[in-house]
Amino acid sequence: MNGVHDMGGIDGFGKVEAEPNEPTFHETWEGRVIAMVRAIGTNGGINLDMQRFSREILPPQVYLTSSYYQKWFLALEQSMIARGMIGADEVEAGHSLHENPPLKRGTFTMKDVERVTTRGSFRREPRLAPAFAVGKRVRTKNINPVTHTRLPRYARGRSGTIERINGCHVFPDTNAREQGENPQWLYTVVFSGHDLWGDDADPTLQVSIEAFEPYLEPV
Amino acid sequence: MSGHDHDHHHDDHDHSELTETELRVRALETVLTEKGYVVPAALDAIVEAYETRIGPRNGAAVVAKAWTDPAFKKALLEDASKAVATLGHVSRVGDHLIAVENTPKTHNMVVCTLCSCYPWEMLGLPPVWYKAAPYRSRAVKDPRGVLADFGVTLPKDTDIRVWDSTAETRFLVLPMRPAGTEGWSEEQLAEIVTRDSMIGTGLPKAPGGAK
Amino acid sequence: MEHDRHDDHASELSDMQLRTRALETILLEKGYIEPAAIDVLIETYEKKIGPRNGAQVVAKAWVDSKFRQWLFEDGTAAIATLGFGGRSGNHLVALENTPAVHNMTVCTLCSCYPWAVLGLPPLWYKSAPYRSRAVADPRGVLKDFGVDLPKDTEIRVWDSTAELRYLVVPMRPAGTEGWSEEKLADLVTRDSMIGTGFPKNPGDAS
Repeated sequence: MNGVHDMGGIDGFGKVEAEPNEPTFHETWEGRVIAMVRAIGTNGGINLDMQRFSREILPPQVYLTSSYYQKWFLALEQSMIARGMIGADEVEAGHSLHENPPLKRGTFTMKDVERVTTRGSFRREPRLAPAFAVGKRVRTKNINPVTHTRLPRYARGRSGTIERINGCHVFPDTNAREQGENPQWLYTVVFSGHDLWGDDADPTLQVSIEAFEPYLEPV
Repeated sequence: MSGHDHDHHHDDHDHSELTETELRVRALETVLTEKGYVVPAALDAIVEAYETRIGPRNGAAVVAKAWTDPAFKKALLEDASKAVATLGHVSRVGDHLIAVENTPKTHNMVVCTLCSCYPWEMLGLPPVWYKAAPYRSRAVKDPRGVLADFGVTLPKDTDIRVWDSTAETRFLVLPMRPAGTEGWSEEQLAEIVTRDSMIGTGLPKAPGGAK
Repeated sequence: MEHDRHDDHASELSDMQLRTRALETILLEKGYIEPAAIDVLIETYEKKIGPRNGAQVVAKAWVDSKFRQWLFEDGTAAIATLGFGGRSGNHLVALENTPAVHNMTVCTLCSCYPWAVLGLPPLWYKSAPYRSRAVADPRGVLKDFGVDLPKDTEIRVWDSTAELRYLVVPMRPAGTEGWSEEKLADLVTRDSMIGTGFPKNPGDAS
């Protein structure tokens, strides 16, 4: 979707401000939030792409003014309510008030911890050969789905070069809609700064994205 | 179902002192626990893993080894996931890690404009600035400006390559080894590899001890 | 507590009102503006400029074919003869709705609007939902206004990115033959001149 999360190239956000010796979590609740997201994600069947989309659809003003973990929290709450896993009334009360079916993979317990603290694999067996070879010039398509995509706006309709073929991966655009993994070839596509930003671009700049094959067409 | 005996919150604030967000988070965790969706001790374990076990020391160890072991460096640049997996003491990685090498000609910088994708198994959870709007918006358009915010100036003719992590492939920058570190052990070298140097917004510490 | 004592009134004013008053006071004290001039400006916007102007332009175009032709050829000049526009500096372009084509105007970047003929724009016109969706999903926007266009009508959206401003000339409702310009002007709604609505029909209550 063309949401405010798609920030590449937007002006006006100001300086990058790094906090020295930043703690992993600034508040206790932040740790609880990431833990709950991981737990419910893996055991409750809310895949990573669905999770990302749930943050993207937060109202723009909420997205732009909430902290990182606030966004994760709000999106988790809303995802679970939308899926009938918890009720808005229960959130309000702070207690379970109704019966619910168990999670798809059951209660999240100690045995599940290792799984979520290791990065998973999204690579899948290819069904077809990749359409593009390294070195090929390609153009990103001008797609504007209202659902989840990983093709940022600044890189749509641009010509670049295939630099690397990264195997066949779960396709986020369909996976986020629960329409299946639909694995697609994944490419590193590199653009010159000029291709992206025009004549005034930094001449020493190159930018790459990880583009799924459905995002690309031959030039 | 009363679940308050095993109160896992170690702080003993009055309810009135907690922020609204904190109250809401606690409420949600209570609901999830009462529904039998999660066991709080398992959540504790996740938090602990992120706070102690998984952090930039993993990445620093990999960089230090690449600096001292040319065969490892070659393997790392060819297939970082496989190379890192051979190091037993580093946390397990998925199969999507790509190491990108800084040279005098090219400086690499990693961002996720769309959210916060990051090689967390190598570097721990990403810092706030990495996930915030200023970095996400400017890194792909004005990386030199971003580096200036970090107090880093590159030579004018150094090429800058910015990697937008839009898929599950994750990037680890292999910074250049500072001069004056000849003969150092891997442990000594790992000490000067900063987290920011592995993202591309900083350089390793100079051997003199300056930060 | 209930009755509005004068000395309590100031504390009830909103933050924006207080800040606006403060700024206006400073500008007055510095001799930058005269209060009477501000009053005249505000009265002009509230009373003198409004969609009634545009309605008169449309009504005239409905009855006077020569004016209509001139309006589409040179909107600024034609409209000026009715006493509107003039020194505003904006070029005005009239857009003709037909059975084949429906026009809709927006300013995605801010709030540009043909205020000389329509007055100041409504809040929805200047807000994010309209600005973001009009150029991508005009039928969805029209649905929000309760307007259903035939599937094969072409929709043309005009993004007012420069000083050119657009006035939609809606189609004349049936059953108005022989009506005076003044009576016709009563049917022309503001939204119909933006393209988010249709004129009233003769039978509609006013």
